[in-house]
Amino acid sequence: MVSFLLIILASFVFIGVVVRTKSIASGRKGPGVMQPMKDIIRLWRKGAVYSKTSSFIFQMAPTIYLASILLAIAMIPHGKLPGIISFDGDFVMFAYILAFGKFWMIISALDTGSSFEGMGASREALYSMLVEPAFFIIMGSFALFTGYTSFYDIFSTLNYGPYISYLIGLLATFVLVLIAMIENSRMPVDDPKTHLELTMIHEVMILDNSGFDLGNIFYATSLKFSMYGALIANLFLGAVPLPISIPSFFIIQFVFAVAVGILESFMARFRMSHNPQFIFILTSVSLLIFFGVLLVLGKFI
Amino acid sequence: MNYLTLYNNQTVSVKDIPEHGYDVFLEGNLQLLKNRPERHCVNYFGVKNNREIRIYCCIADDLTHKIYVSSCVLEEGSSIASFTVQNHNFEKFEREIHENFDINFTDHPWLKPYRFANNKYNKDLNVGDYPFYKVESDELHEVGVGPIHAGIIEPGHFRFICNGEQIMHLEIQLGYQHRGIEELFIQKSKLIERVTLVENIAGDTTVGHTTAFSNLYESLCETSTSDALNFSRTLAQELERIAIHTGDLAAICADIAYQLGNAVFGRLRTPIVNFFQEWGGNRLAKGLIRPGKINFPFDEALAKRLLELFKAYESDFNEMVEEFFSLPSVLSRIERTGIVTYDEVLEIGTVGISARMSGLSRDIRLSHPCNLYGNTFIHEPLLKHHGDVFSRVQLRRDEIRQSIEYCKKLLENIPQFHKPENILFVPGEEKFTLSLVEGWRGEICHCAITDGEGNLKTYKIKDPSHHNWMALAQSVRNNEISDFPICNKSFNLSYCGHDL
Repeated sequence: MVSFLLIILASFVFIGVVVRTKSIASGRKGPGVMQPMKDIIRLWRKGAVYSKTSSFIFQMAPTIYLASILLAIAMIPHGKLPGIISFDGDFVMFAYILAFGKFWMIISALDTGSSFEGMGASREALYSMLVEPAFFIIMGSFALFTGYTSFYDIFSTLNYGPYISYLIGLLATFVLVLIAMIENSRMPVDDPKTHLELTMIHEVMILDNSGFDLGNIFYATSLKFSMYGALIANLFLGAVPLPISIPSFFIIQFVFAVAVGILESFMARFRMSHNPQFIFILTSVSLLIFFGVLLVLGKFI
Repeated sequence: MNYLTLYNNQTVSVKDIPEHGYDVFLEGNLQLLKNRPERHCVNYFGVKNNREIRIYCCIADDLTHKIYVSSCVLEEGSSIASFTVQNHNFEKFEREIHENFDINFTDHPWLKPYRFANNKYNKDLNVGDYPFYKVESDELHEVGVGPIHAGIIEPGHFRFICNGEQIMHLEIQLGYQHRGIEELFIQKSKLIERVTLVENIAGDTTVGHTTAFSNLYESLCETSTSDALNFSRTLAQELERIAIHTGDLAAICADIAYQLGNAVFGRLRTPIVNFFQEWGGNRLAKGLIRPGKINFPFDEALAKRLLELFKAYESDFNEMVEEFFSLPSVLSRIERTGIVTYDEVLEIGTVGISARMSGLSRDIRLSHPCNLYGNTFIHEPLLKHHGDVFSRVQLRRDEIRQSIEYCKKLLENIPQFHKPENILFVPGEEKFTLSLVEGWRGEICHCAITDGEGNLKTYKIKDPSHHNWMALAQSVRNNEISDFPICNKSFNLSYCGHDL
């Protein structure tokens, strides 16, 4: 429960911090950190417009998408406190409940019948598919490392014994940050600011969404970011008491948001055909983690 | 075939332009162009006289600085062989003649509508009936972009035929704006009305078009152009080039999502356009260039301001350019993207940056100089050879630096402007004048023909975009569809310059 509330709290300002960082990096003052959330609330108070050619799928998808993410967040523990839902192997459900939400977004994009949205949907499906192995290899390695198979057990028993295991934590952070960037369609894979439909991935899928639905989709992005932030925080929090772990949680979220902002300010996005190569890097880094774990456990050599 | 030879901004009598039978006209002009990359057709248009249509062909020779003009008279509705089959430069010109005068080119490869102007021959044709190229295949899909632009620019439709993410074919169709600039030119007889029209041919090339018109009108009315006017026109042209090129660099950065470059180049463009405001009261330089006079003479105080401005501009520009051209993520996006080869640009007949990016040296500032070009300084065209987005970006960087040098050279000697006695602009009778100017985008060509009473009979405008849109369509072939925006931005062509 604690973890759920903390993630919701962090999600209110996460995108705001990213936007503010980008503004400062380009020499502007930028909007307040609450501005993206205010925009979302404004959208939630509006009605939605639906095209005559779209069906119930298009109307349901944004809500299902948001719900799937809320459900996934419910599984994330905070230090020694388990998530609302916790059972052995819950990380598999975590991955597929997110995939379920994404599946609905993809079929809703196809439902509009727009050639742009079909293009965006195919790109999103491809990149999500390529990200999947990286996530499972990481979680699998941690399961092997700790001997447990649920988020709560893995994170509460995770402690870095020999020096080499710190490297595992560091690499896992790197992979999780990049998974978050890809899953949220941020730089360098996609550019959330672009107005060019032909280069968009996630943005082009939601061209037809408006009002309340669009608010849901935007809020889902904020939630997803703080969800991955919480996973990263869990890698390091361990079993420390709440008065220490809560501030550390927010510090880690803040650093994550600033890092995202800086990354987006100082580089150009990749060419679309280079994206799969880039995403495969994640898989290979997670394989490194896997071999690192084998090495630590002495099952290797 | 004999032809009339004239120089840029020279006025001749219409009667002196030789008239040929169509076969001689066709063969002679094609012979002039054959295997001569330094020659290209700058204008090819028809003038209607009752049921007769007189077609003028103007071919510019870059080495001898001459322009060869010949003509031919056709009956309305006649069917003739086309130039296009042998020389693709004429493709759009012939489509325009076909659209306006119902002349049927029997072997033209694709005689589809050109711009749906109001003066077209067949009034029943409308944009909705446009015959798009179609491919019958289950594997390929079509993506249509526009005509309503997602941003704030003008209407145009882009039809892609793609194999997955790869573009097989792009067809660009314009003609959604029906402004009728050329007809308005004849209807409006006041000079101020005409200048205002010219200023609005293409909002981003105000200086280029007004300079072409002013040079032409002064020549047509046989008045001399004073040093101060030549000075201000040359300076304004170079400043416009700096401003738009810098803005383009910012926009290219935005398209590859490079935020730092977008912010810095965008900021650098502002002081240059603001200088136009300081000088002439308008950021787009509207109202600055006028035939025969200048309402805002340039003085020492402005020169001092401009030099200060360049000093601040150059240090930031150099730093940002260095950063931009050494960033791997930027280079991987722009290198080998959107290539148009030398042979292709020659065949299309591109002008300006779109020619120089592939090693085809076409620059009016050197080949047909006007104003202070070839006088205060001899222009050296900058050439790149790869024809990709990288070449176009490099060309912009180098041209900005070159233009700043030219401006500094111009500022060494500022001529005094003496307001002339009330001069009357009376165009000569039965005259023909052709004016060429190198705008920032490329060659601008204006042609005027007067009737027996000295009234304008025809005013023909050709914006560089006329040729260059085809180069964009060629450049994206076999590229990814997600690279289209950056290719498009690196050309930065004009919709309204095409739609007139």
